[in-house]
Amino acid sequence: MLVVTLHTKLLLPAPLGKLLSPQHGVWQNAENNNVDFNATLKFPQLKAKVDVYLDDRLVPHVFAEQENDIYFVQGFLHAKFRLWQMELQTHAAAGRASEIVGSIAFKHDQEFRRLGMVYGAEASLKEMESDPVTKIICDAYTAGVNAYIATLTESSLPLEYKLIGYQPEKWSNLKSALFLKNMSENLAGGEDDFEMTNAKSFFSKEDFDKLYPLHQDSLDPVIPKGTVYGIPKLELKIPAAADSLYFSNKDITVTQEQKPDKDNGSNNWAVSGTKTKTGSPILCNDPHLSLKLPAIWFEMQLSTPSYNAYGVSFPGAPGIIIGFNDSCSWGVTNGGRDVRDYYEIKFRDDSRQEYWFDSAWKKTEFRYEEIRVRDSTTYFDTVAYTVFGPVMYDKTFSGDRTSNSRYFAVRWKAHDPSNELKAFILLNKAKNYQDYLVATSYMKTPGQNFVFASKSGDIAMRTQGDWPAKWKGQGDFIMPGTDSSYMWQGMIPPDETPFQFNPERNFVSSANQDPADSTYPYYLGRGYSIYRGISINRRLEAMENITPEDMMTLQTDNYNVFAEMTIPLFLKNISETAMTDSEKKYLNLLRYWDYNNAPGSKAATVFAVLWKNFDKAVFDDEFKNAPKVIMHPYESNLLEGILSDSAYGFVDNISTPQQETLADEIKSALENSRVELEQAEKNDTIEWAKYKGTSVKHLLRLDALSRLKLPIGGGTHCINAAKATHGPSWRMIISLTPQTTAYGVYPGGQSGNPGSRFYDNFIDKWAAGEYYSLWMMAKGEEKDKRVKWRMSFNNN
Amino acid sequence: MKFIVSIALIALLSLAACLYLPWWTIAIVAFLVAALVPQNPASSFFSGFIALFLLWGYLAWYLSSNNDHLLAHRISLLILKMDSPALLIVVTALIGALVAGFAALSGSYLRKH
Repeated sequence: MLVVTLHTKLLLPAPLGKLLSPQHGVWQNAENNNVDFNATLKFPQLKAKVDVYLDDRLVPHVFAEQENDIYFVQGFLHAKFRLWQMELQTHAAAGRASEIVGSIAFKHDQEFRRLGMVYGAEASLKEMESDPVTKIICDAYTAGVNAYIATLTESSLPLEYKLIGYQPEKWSNLKSALFLKNMSENLAGGEDDFEMTNAKSFFSKEDFDKLYPLHQDSLDPVIPKGTVYGIPKLELKIPAAADSLYFSNKDITVTQEQKPDKDNGSNNWAVSGTKTKTGSPILCNDPHLSLKLPAIWFEMQLSTPSYNAYGVSFPGAPGIIIGFNDSCSWGVTNGGRDVRDYYEIKFRDDSRQEYWFDSAWKKTEFRYEEIRVRDSTTYFDTVAYTVFGPVMYDKTFSGDRTSNSRYFAVRWKAHDPSNELKAFILLNKAKNYQDYLVATSYMKTPGQNFVFASKSGDIAMRTQGDWPAKWKGQGDFIMPGTDSSYMWQGMIPPDETPFQFNPERNFVSSANQDPADSTYPYYLGRGYSIYRGISINRRLEAMENITPEDMMTLQTDNYNVFAEMTIPLFLKNISETAMTDSEKKYLNLLRYWDYNNAPGSKAATVFAVLWKNFDKAVFDDEFKNAPKVIMHPYESNLLEGILSDSAYGFVDNISTPQQETLADEIKSALENSRVELEQAEKNDTIEWAKYKGTSVKHLLRLDALSRLKLPIGGGTHCINAAKATHGPSWRMIISLTPQTTAYGVYPGGQSGNPGSRFYDNFIDKWAAGEYYSLWMMAKGEEKDKRVKWRMSFNNN
Repeated sequence: MKFIVSIALIALLSLAACLYLPWWTIAIVAFLVAALVPQNPASSFFSGFIALFLLWGYLAWYLSSNNDHLLAHRISLLILKMDSPALLIVVTALIGALVAGFAALSGSYLRKH
C-alpha cells in the first residue's frame, strides 16, 4: 500500500517515492559541480567525424567534416541540454499542452487548434520538405534529437518529466515546423480586430479618429522620412460598398474579457565604418521576448568546410538564427504588421456544411481535432475551413472575444506555405550583401526587420516579409466574408519593400516603429511603438568613433524618452496650490529627474504610477459604458493627443457637469497616485527595479525554478526594454573588424537543467548590463584553456 | 549480529537492484531478506528502516553536496515549501526507510506463518 501510494500521485502531482529515489528521481538531476561532459559517441547516421568543444560557459563549438552531419549533432546537443522545453513548446504550439499539464491548458489548446497552428505547420513542412536541401537538414536534425532521446533512461530524464510524470515522445520534422510556427504566433499573431470593431461601433467617427490615429507626429520610421517611393505596382480595389458595410457599420461583437497586450519588441542597428573607431562596421541586436527559463536561445558555433557561424539557435530548429560568420553579421526585430484578419461567415444552417460566398453556397471542409486532456476526458472539436481559413470563433468557441452566436473565419499569413528555415541556413553561409538579399527573401512570416553588416563595409536594413497589400483600413475591423471583394488582393511586391543600403546617415536601425512614413504607398496599419526608435536614432546620429563598449552603453541605456516628452508638459500644466506635502515631494522627484529609468530611481516609479492614473483619469469616463472587449488607446495616442492639443477633448470628465482641463486631470492623477506611492515607500518597493520586479520565470511558472525580482532598470519605452516578464532575450554586439570582436549575453544559461550550475548563470551578468566575449573558435585552438570538454561523434 | 547482517544485506542489495530496476525493488529486497533471515518483527522492521534510511540518506547527501545543494534548494522550495536541502535529504531517507521497514515487517510475518 505504501509502495503504491508513493508510486502514484496520491500525495503530490508526482509520485513521491519515484521522485525522491536517489538512484532514479530528481537527485539524479543534481549535476556534479565537476561534471564531465567528455564523451566519445558512435552513430551510423553520420557520414564523417564531428568534434564538439564545450567551453567554460558550456557553449558548444561544433566542427564537422560533412555539412549535414552538423545538424545531426546540433539536434543531439539541443536535446541533451534542452529536450524538455523543446517538447513543451512544440506541444503548446500544436495545441497539445493539455496532454502534459491537464485541463489548465485546455483553453489554450482549443484556441491554437482553431487558429490552425498545425494546419499552418503542415503547410510549412510541405514547403520545407519539397526543398531537397532543407529536407536533408531537417532530417539530420530530427535524427540527432531522436538519437539523444534513445539514450535516455529513467534516471537521466530531464527534471520536469519526473516532476510531472511523463515520457518524451520522438521528435519529427513537423515539430521543427511547429516550433517556427510558434514564433509566427508570437511575432505575427497580433491583431485587435474585434477590439477595434467594437471601438468603431461604440465611438463616433470623430472620436474614433482621435483615439486611434493612424500617424504620430513624433514618428521616426525604420526607413527615414523623406524617402521617395514610386508608384505602387499593385492597384488595390476598395470594395464598392465599403463605406456603409465596413467603415461605418456599427456592430458590437460583445463579450466578457480583454485579451492580454502583445508585448513583443526589439532593437537592432548597424553603423558603417565611418562612424566607428576601427573603421569597420558594428552591428547590434537585442530581440525582446518573454523572459523564460530555460531560455528560448541556445548559444553555439557551427563550423563546416563551407561555412563558420556563431550565434544563438532555437532549441527545436537547425541553424543559427541571430549571429555572425567569417564575412558578415545579421539580426532581427519584429516587423509587427497586421497579417491576421477576420471575416464573418454566413453558414446555410447550423451544420456548417455550406457558406454563402460570391452569390453561391460553397462547401465547407472540416478538420477534426482531438484534444487529449491529462487526467480527464478527451475533447473532440470539429473546425470548419473556408476560403479564408479556419472558422476560429463559432457557437462552441468564443475565445472570450465574441458572442457565441456568429461565425468568424481567420485569414492568417502564417497559414501560407513558406520555408523560413532556408532564410537562416542561407544567412549562416552569407558572404556579402547579395547573399543576404537572397537569404532574407525566404523570410515570409513572421516578417522581420533584418539588419546586416559585412566586413567589406556594407550595412543594410530590409523590412522583410510577405506582406499583404491592403487598401487603407483593410483588416482593421472584422470584414464581411460573403464575397471575395474584401479578401487580400495580393502581396506587396518584394522590390517595393522599404529598405536601406549604405545610407548617407551611415547607420540603419529599427525598433518596431512604423517601417516607413505615410508617403509609403501601401497601408501599414497602426499600433507600432515609436519611442525606442526615437532614442536610438538620436543617439546614433550623435555618436562618432564608436567602440563596442559604446554600443554596450547604448544597448543597456535606461533613458526614457516617453517621460522626457511627457513631464515638461505635466509640469507646465499643473498647479501646486492645495497640494499636499507628499504630492509636492513626488512632483519634485519628477522635476529634478534625469529621465533615466535607473534601477534605484524613485522618480521612474512615480512617473509610471502617475501616467497610469493619468490615463485612467482621461479615459475611464469615456470607456465606462463601452463593451468590455474594446481597444484601449495606445500610450502614444494619448501623449501625442495632449502634446498637439492642450484642449484635447477627452480630458473633460463626461460624468461631471463642469468642464475639466488638462491641469485638472494631471492633478487628480497625482492625488490618485499618492496612495499607491506611499504604500510602495512603506513596502520598500518605491525604487524602480523593485517596483517593476523583472523576473525570468520557469516555463511552468514555478517560482522555485525561476529568478525573481532582478536588479535591472529600463522598461517599456527605454532601449533597455526590461519589463516585468519580458525584455532583451539576447544582447549581441559584433564589430566586423578583420578579426571579429563579438559580445553577447542572454538571461538564462546553456543548460535547461535546474540542477545545473549552467541553468541560470548568465542572468546576473545580463541584469548588470555586462557582456561575455564571444569566442569564434578556430581550428588549431583545441588546446585553448577555454575548452573544458570534448565530445567526439564518429560514424563507426 | 543478524540485525547488522540484515541491515547490510538490505542496503547492498537495494543499491545493486536499483541500478537496473525500479525504485520499489527496495521493498522486495527488504521483504525477501526479512523472510529469509529469522528475526522478531520489530528487529525486522528496524533493519529495513535503518538500511534504507542510511542508504538513501547517504546517496542523497552525496549527490547533493557534489552539487553544492543547488538542486536541493530549489526542490525543497517546490515540494516542502521551505528552503532546506537538509530536510529534503531527511524526507528522502524517511521515505526509503518507511517503505523498506514495512516491507521487512511483512516479510518477517510471512516467515512466522
